[in-house]
Amino acid sequence: MAEFRMPALGADMDSGVLLEWLVHPGDHVRHGDIVAVVDTSKAAIEVECFDTGVVDQLLVQPGTRVPVGEPLALITSDTPEAAAIAVPAAPAAQTAATEASPVTSPLVRHQADVEHVDLAHVHGTGPGGRVTRADVEAASHPAAPPPPTGDHEPRRVRASPLARRLATELGLDLATVVGTGSGGAIAAEDVRQAAAARVAGVPATEPVAPTPVPARPAAAATGGDRTAAMRQTIAALMARSKREIPHYYLTETIDLAALVDHLRARNCDLPVPERLIPAAALLKAAARGLTAVPDLNGFYADDQLTRADAVHLGIAISLRGGGLVAPAIHHADQLTLAELMARLKDLVARTRAGRLHRAELADPTITVSNLGDQGVESFLGVIYPPQVALVGFGRVTDRPWAVAGMLGVRPTVTMSLAADHRVTDGATGARYLTTVNDLLQQPEQL
Amino acid sequence: MTPDDTERLIRTALHEIAPDADLAALAPDADLRETLNLDSLDFLQLVELLSARTGHRIDEDDYPRLATLRQAVAFLSTPA
Repeated sequence: MAEFRMPALGADMDSGVLLEWLVHPGDHVRHGDIVAVVDTSKAAIEVECFDTGVVDQLLVQPGTRVPVGEPLALITSDTPEAAAIAVPAAPAAQTAATEASPVTSPLVRHQADVEHVDLAHVHGTGPGGRVTRADVEAASHPAAPPPPTGDHEPRRVRASPLARRLATELGLDLATVVGTGSGGAIAAEDVRQAAAARVAGVPATEPVAPTPVPARPAAAATGGDRTAAMRQTIAALMARSKREIPHYYLTETIDLAALVDHLRARNCDLPVPERLIPAAALLKAAARGLTAVPDLNGFYADDQLTRADAVHLGIAISLRGGGLVAPAIHHADQLTLAELMARLKDLVARTRAGRLHRAELADPTITVSNLGDQGVESFLGVIYPPQVALVGFGRVTDRPWAVAGMLGVRPTVTMSLAADHRVTDGATGARYLTTVNDLLQQPEQL
Repeated sequence: MTPDDTERLIRTALHEIAPDADLAALAPDADLRETLNLDSLDFLQLVELLSARTGHRIDEDDYPRLATLRQAVAFLSTPA
């Protein structure tokens, strides 16, 4: 018998609210299946199980706040080696296999198999934009409503963040709200009207098929305060960073002429959805540079550095309602530019929709902030403990640049490194910046 | 497609990208990226939506011509 426990979704989390079970007792689950949704100050996080077996008992009701490490469910193991998961103190690299699949419950996947529905093309209306059984049923019938907007953004959640917050505050299941926005997107007004209709005793919409999971109770709603909670989380973490970590800072202005020319040539042959932005190349170079200077990629605990065995690049993503989340692109150093670009798009969309996967939040090994996109020329970052470095990219901008005794105008970016002086010295940091600069001078090899 | 249709199409796309932005207050000459706080991924998504829905070819060199609502309407209204 294995225990499924409340995972630590980042160094700053000590408890979470179990929002929803996606499995029932008796269900067969496999290692990596998404079994529950946990609410944190950052987002509603889909959590996978680490065992293969049969769900024996759910120990915690939705809506309950549970400390990290407490058992949530019991799973009867199929295999002798399947053991209870320990809360990962340091990130593990075993998550790559599960992250790419769309987030669905085992039940929904089963039903999709039965109905011969391709889940990749089903528009999710469940909490967090998840595909529910009702969605699968709708998709299996030809008269199903057309998917909103284009196929090029299959996982984009069709509800505004405000609508989502309101729905949580009002204890309203978004799956029962009809969106009147473009492409059926649910706007805040739709939620208000649905709530008003509910109060008046009128069903807000045509009946929807029952979903296999209980609707989340209104009392469990913590998302309404999420902006405030996130502020507190950031405050605590950044205060800890500045209190404990002796930062040192280095900057380097990098000539991007070769990169910009390369991307322009490459993009002009490509349809818009496949075009690359410079940010993707900067991230790739930052990730690859870490394989040459691994002391910047890891965690500081018990007075020493533990080097990470892979590069999971945390990407600082600002939220439209305020706040900041830095989920990971796993194995960023090994992705092609096109893959990295696709991951980046997907990650930003899901982060802003408040829908992330456990491992993405739990295990970045270093963070990169691309604040330049918001217009600043350069900046010095604050390290996310227990990480030991943070990389910043300013705005890509034209500057006068001296080459071989001549003055020209070149696209440039100012890259910064904030690093933990307990772990590395300036010389190590300098080597890293030089390495990344060199990589960016040969963009065709990135 | 009339200029009004084009403007509506652009506003729809912007609403999808920045659902909480107050588009009613968006002036025709306001810089879209600055006013709506679009990062480079958001802007790429805008280009993606506009080219898919209008069928208008939009090269990278054309991006500056999508800087404001008025410019974007003018650009998308001219044959590629």
